[in-house]
Amino acid sequence: MGSMNLTLKIWRQKNANDKGKMVDYKVNDISPDMSFLEMLDVLNEQLINNGDEPVAFDHDCREGICGMCSLYINGEAHGPDREVTTCQLHMRMFKDGDTIFIEPFRAKAFPVVKDLIVDRSSFDRIQHAGGFISVNTSGNTIDANATPVNKADADKAFEAATCIGCGACVATCKNSSAMLFVGAKVSQFALLPQGQVEATDRVLNMVKQMDEEGFGNCTNTGACEVECPKGISLENIARMNTEFLKASLKG
Amino acid sequence: MALDSKTPKGPIADKWTNYKNHIDLVNPANKRNIDVIVVGTGLAGGSAAATLAELGYNVKAFCFQDSPRRAHSIAAQGGINAAKNYQGDGDSTYRLFYDTVKGGDYRSREANVYRLAEVSANIIDQCVAQGVPFAREYGGLLDNRSFGGVLVSRTFYAAGQTGQQLLLGAYSAMNRQIGRGKIKMYNRHEMLDVVKVDGKARGIITRNLITGEIERHSAHAVVLGSGGYGNVFFLSTNAMGSNVTAGWKAHKRGAYFANPCYTQIHPTCIPVSGDHQSKLTLMSESLRNDGRIWVPKNMDDVKAIRDGKLKPTAIAEENRDYYLERRYPAFGNLVPRDVASRAAKERCDAGYGVNATGEAVYLDFASAITRYGKEQATIKGLDLNDAALIKKLGQEVVKNKYGNLFQMYEKIVDQDPYNTPMMIYPAVHYTMGGVWVDYNLMTTVPGLYCIGEANFSDHGANRLGASALMQGLADGYFVLPYTIGDYLSDDIRTGPISTDSKEFEEAENEVKKTLNFFITNEGKHSVDYFHKRLGKIMWNKVGMSRNVKGLTEAITEIKELREQFWKEVKVPGSSDEYNEELAKAGRVADFLELGELFAKDALNREESCGGHFREDSVELDGEQKGEALRNDKDFAYVSAWEYKGEPSDAVLHKEELEFNDIELKQRSYK
Repeated sequence: MGSMNLTLKIWRQKNANDKGKMVDYKVNDISPDMSFLEMLDVLNEQLINNGDEPVAFDHDCREGICGMCSLYINGEAHGPDREVTTCQLHMRMFKDGDTIFIEPFRAKAFPVVKDLIVDRSSFDRIQHAGGFISVNTSGNTIDANATPVNKADADKAFEAATCIGCGACVATCKNSSAMLFVGAKVSQFALLPQGQVEATDRVLNMVKQMDEEGFGNCTNTGACEVECPKGISLENIARMNTEFLKASLKG
Repeated sequence: MALDSKTPKGPIADKWTNYKNHIDLVNPANKRNIDVIVVGTGLAGGSAAATLAELGYNVKAFCFQDSPRRAHSIAAQGGINAAKNYQGDGDSTYRLFYDTVKGGDYRSREANVYRLAEVSANIIDQCVAQGVPFAREYGGLLDNRSFGGVLVSRTFYAAGQTGQQLLLGAYSAMNRQIGRGKIKMYNRHEMLDVVKVDGKARGIITRNLITGEIERHSAHAVVLGSGGYGNVFFLSTNAMGSNVTAGWKAHKRGAYFANPCYTQIHPTCIPVSGDHQSKLTLMSESLRNDGRIWVPKNMDDVKAIRDGKLKPTAIAEENRDYYLERRYPAFGNLVPRDVASRAAKERCDAGYGVNATGEAVYLDFASAITRYGKEQATIKGLDLNDAALIKKLGQEVVKNKYGNLFQMYEKIVDQDPYNTPMMIYPAVHYTMGGVWVDYNLMTTVPGLYCIGEANFSDHGANRLGASALMQGLADGYFVLPYTIGDYLSDDIRTGPISTDSKEFEEAENEVKKTLNFFITNEGKHSVDYFHKRLGKIMWNKVGMSRNVKGLTEAITEIKELREQFWKEVKVPGSSDEYNEELAKAGRVADFLELGELFAKDALNREESCGGHFREDSVELDGEQKGEALRNDKDFAYVSAWEYKGEPSDAVLHKEELEFNDIELKQRSYK
């Protein structure tokens, strides 16, 4: 497969207060083996050499695990491929002559910082409210094998815990709901014996914070699961709803 | 200044316990009056911040990413070692200690390594209590696997995402303290200098990466947990933002920088695909539990493969060279990383590389798939002669163990590793060198600590797999929180540190001056232009194999490149806004200094040890012919460099290493 020439339509916004607009760019000789972000590197190098300002976007590990990259590409969070983040998306998914729309993740709880960068600190604040087990890290605890954990539960807890906190679920949801993200954390602990002690407070506090941050409600369309780069299951939302109901009844 | 490691006296097994029993403590009420700054929120920084806050100190934590959960520890894949001996296969604190010192090619400090092995078991207990979902067996107990350079199974893991799970554990511990107000978290802040007052580290200068604002932050002690400097090679498995700036600024303020030339080139990474490449992706060492590494035996097959006329699966067993199994029968595919990397380079240099650039070898899972498939068929009472069934069952087992790694590989390379061998090649991964610290993890600047990969400490000249996570968490959860108290016990009456002093003002002005230079300089090349060129010099002349001529040239070339950088670098935008190019310019400026010191250190060390391989120091005959030759008589020391301006002026201080509990031996994996 040969190299590609592409038209990019990119959201440019100077800062949080700027109105922002879509701007057209051309990039040529893009190799299908490049990652999407490497293609943006090419664009930025071109912009810098022409004396223009490069496009700001979040990224760090570039191997799909840190959760820092985002981008809404042709109307899909992390672009057209499945179970990948934008940094793992490769240009072989596109064709020569394509026009690609690149926008930031959009949600009330994720305000734009600059260009394609958004502020996802609302996710952190939900975790501050209860995304932990209250054991001190410096002390001596019981032996790790003192409490056996059913393998199926441990595996499910792990699967929930593989959430990378990128926010694709929120960006995808028509209500900008964070239920998949919060459900994943609640589930990780709900499935483990270590998480039982604080189960009631945890789910109530995290849901309360989620609502305060301005995330919307879940209407069970399941779009979040489809776009999640880590394949976090909708089961986790159901499990959180169960936990929430149990906790509410306990008061 | 003479280097004092402050290693406690007494038998090695009692040192840490006795030491803890006698150091000064700070009482809980006084801890509330003491501030500690932690830079970096990876396994070391995150665990330290959480633990210090739990103990009662007021912690300010800083990271350049948008959340502490993004730190690059998150990308560690394979596992974490601990001397639990759950498998009953002969493991012990001593054996972990021994393996680590031997694996590090006898260039680490014995007492530190023993302490690391000693606290390792507690890490696992702690993480399980925090809700870290490690892999388990059907009986509900924790599972283990093996890593390179050892003969026991002591590695705990969570599929191929162990670093993620451990980091999210540390992050959750931090979150609890952030929620309580004991940690004040500064996301998207980059540390740009250490501030010393009366000789002690009393604060830092940071830049808010969103607003561009330069800020002063004071504390009674400063802890750096800012990671490694592998990105001096431009291409590495590090994150794009990983940098040496925090450590390098500390170095410029008086902290000695130790063993910069000890860099780990990891044998199993996805090969470079072209000039556009921005980073390299690791395929976990855990894959060497089940993957067999080979190249074709015959040059005709190599050529046919490169021309696309032959598939690797079509090459018969007898025409494959499983070169690690051939050269190192005792450890086979699980030799340590430095040995495996050099062996891959040797085969590729000899012309047997299997991709278009000739820089790739195969990592093949076919025999593991068959082995697991037969095991499953036996358990389930199915037909052992049904090859398709065996393959399917085996693939399921392999998917369960390494699924995410196989998926990553497929997305990047566009080939299915369940059905064709992976192609891999060594890449820069981890740096054993770093800021010199004593037994307390304090640098040569009083009150300035350095933990995790950022310090030089425990891995000697080569780190064993699954030991980075262990060291990061050991430093942060169990070592630093104790040792820092001994220092801070003198500060209970100091009161808050003012940021209005001339020292803060001077440091701030210096930072602003540099930023202003970058913004106003009318250069002609982007920051990446210089970074890529630096990377090429480092890889070609200071990489896997080093010699006097190449190192000497590298020193000159890096110096020239640095001079050109300061004349011709071009940074768009302004300093009072989000400006990634500006942030990168500062980081690359520091890499351009570190790179030269790195080459100078490699030139000084006229021996081969661990990741540092000198072509003029190899075994000339006998069973070990061609293997790395260490020189214990002249080089059993830590090289700690003192900053004196230009890297060429750096002054070498030696910490002689004493080995009382382990006999120095040729490191043999044959």
